Amino acid sequence: MDTLVAQYSRPMFEKESYSEDDQLEQYQATPSLSLKFAMPPVAQPAAWLRAATDDHANPNCPIKIAHGTTTLAFRFQGGIIVATDSRATAGNWIASQTVKKVIEINSCLLGTMAGGAADCQYWLAYLGMQCRLHELRHKRRISVAAASKILANLVYSYKGRGLSMGTMCAGVTPSEGPALYYIDSDGTRLAGNLFCVGSGQTFAYGVLDAEYRYDLTEEEALALGSRSILAATHRDAYSGGFINLYHVKEDGWVKHGFSDTNPIFWKTKLEKGEFSNVTSELV
Amino acid sequence: MRGATILKASDDKTRALNKHTLMAFSGEAGDTIQFADYISANAQLYSMRNAIDLSPSAVANFVRGELASSLRSRKPYNVNLLLGGVDPITLKPSLYWLDYLASLAPLPYAAHGYAQYYCLSILDKHHHPDITYEEGLKLLRLCTDELKRRLPIDFKGMLVKVITKDGIEEVEYLDDSKVACP
Repeated sequence: MDTLVAQYSRPMFEKESYSEDDQLEQYQATPSLSLKFAMPPVAQPAAWLRAATDDHANPNCPIKIAHGTTTLAFRFQGGIIVATDSRATAGNWIASQTVKKVIEINSCLLGTMAGGAADCQYWLAYLGMQCRLHELRHKRRISVAAASKILANLVYSYKGRGLSMGTMCAGVTPSEGPALYYIDSDGTRLAGNLFCVGSGQTFAYGVLDAEYRYDLTEEEALALGSRSILAATHRDAYSGGFINLYHVKEDGWVKHGFSDTNPIFWKTKLEKGEFSNVTSELV
Repeated sequence: MRGATILKASDDKTRALNKHTLMAFSGEAGDTIQFADYISANAQLYSMRNAIDLSPSAVANFVRGELASSLRSRKPYNVNLLLGGVDPITLKPSLYWLDYLASLAPLPYAAHGYAQYYCLSILDKHHHPDITYEEGLKLLRLCTDELKRRLPIDFKGMLVKVITKDGIEEVEYLDDSKVACP
């Protein structure tokens, strides 16, 4: 532990610039983001992986990757709302109904999980580690822009090797205010006000776009986020389970529950008269 | 559309089957019009022979039957349909969703193709069985705005027809407003 601390900490009042040795070390040291992994012993590992996992092209593929999600995040006057469903599917099989798709990177930064469950979990945990190291090195919290760029550069370095993730990074920092970034495994990184990611994205976009405004109140924003996920869980077979709702504010994120969709659906239907296509009559 | 070229921007993809039943169609080029014309001719023939129009539910079940037998023929029609009508006797409005596999579903609101992915969630939330005509048009605007916002396709305009107990009427539908993507 002491060696670790010694390695990553600096004296409180250090000289302003780096010494020549420091600079040399920083230049030569290879904390390159991409880690070295063992690759399958075949000529084209990426093509081989695709052949073994591509459910769409080959329904009998031997490896079914956990997929299928609805996640959304949007910026508004009071911060950022982050909401997800909680279903993980592997092919047609519902592998879990209680997945935490919001990853708490630190007290002010959230990441969301869509695409390969393992890829997202692993690399967002890794991002959390990099963010902590940034904090220790620079004695201040990382900006959302920088954190999202670490992830974007990381996934870009693995481009074409079969990573599958669509994530959003949401956080509030003193320098940026509320910031929201979309990063996917193609290497796309976008800043924006509103994103929905996953197989249920279109359904969530439908509800969200219709009533989204930047000057939403906190209650309206939370209700709209959770209603958008409900819409997606209703129409998308690969989304469902629980609604995981977060609100990111200046002084960190607040969790607003992990609530079962089933009672919420019936409550919405019976009290507000929505979902009028669901009837008890046989036709 | 032919490949990447727009051949006609103002094509009417609906056909009136009788005074108060309208069918909208999409699918394989050629199949759509052939099938729609065939159905409308048969519906009209029935009206002439029997001096009474088929009710919307009767038309829907007739169309389903034709699609089902076509599906099992050497060259099936590849057509998806929405059929709306007001029953002339009971004055009840009804909407039927049919696809090329000859599924028939009576629904309060329906769509085909990519529009389903964007519009059904909106309709799930904002549709109520007892909305007024004006509220209905507002709801339609929500849907078309969303399609304009999120689909990477430019529709080059929308065609809106309204079916009431008095018959089928095309209504003017302006869509020159810009829709901003947040």
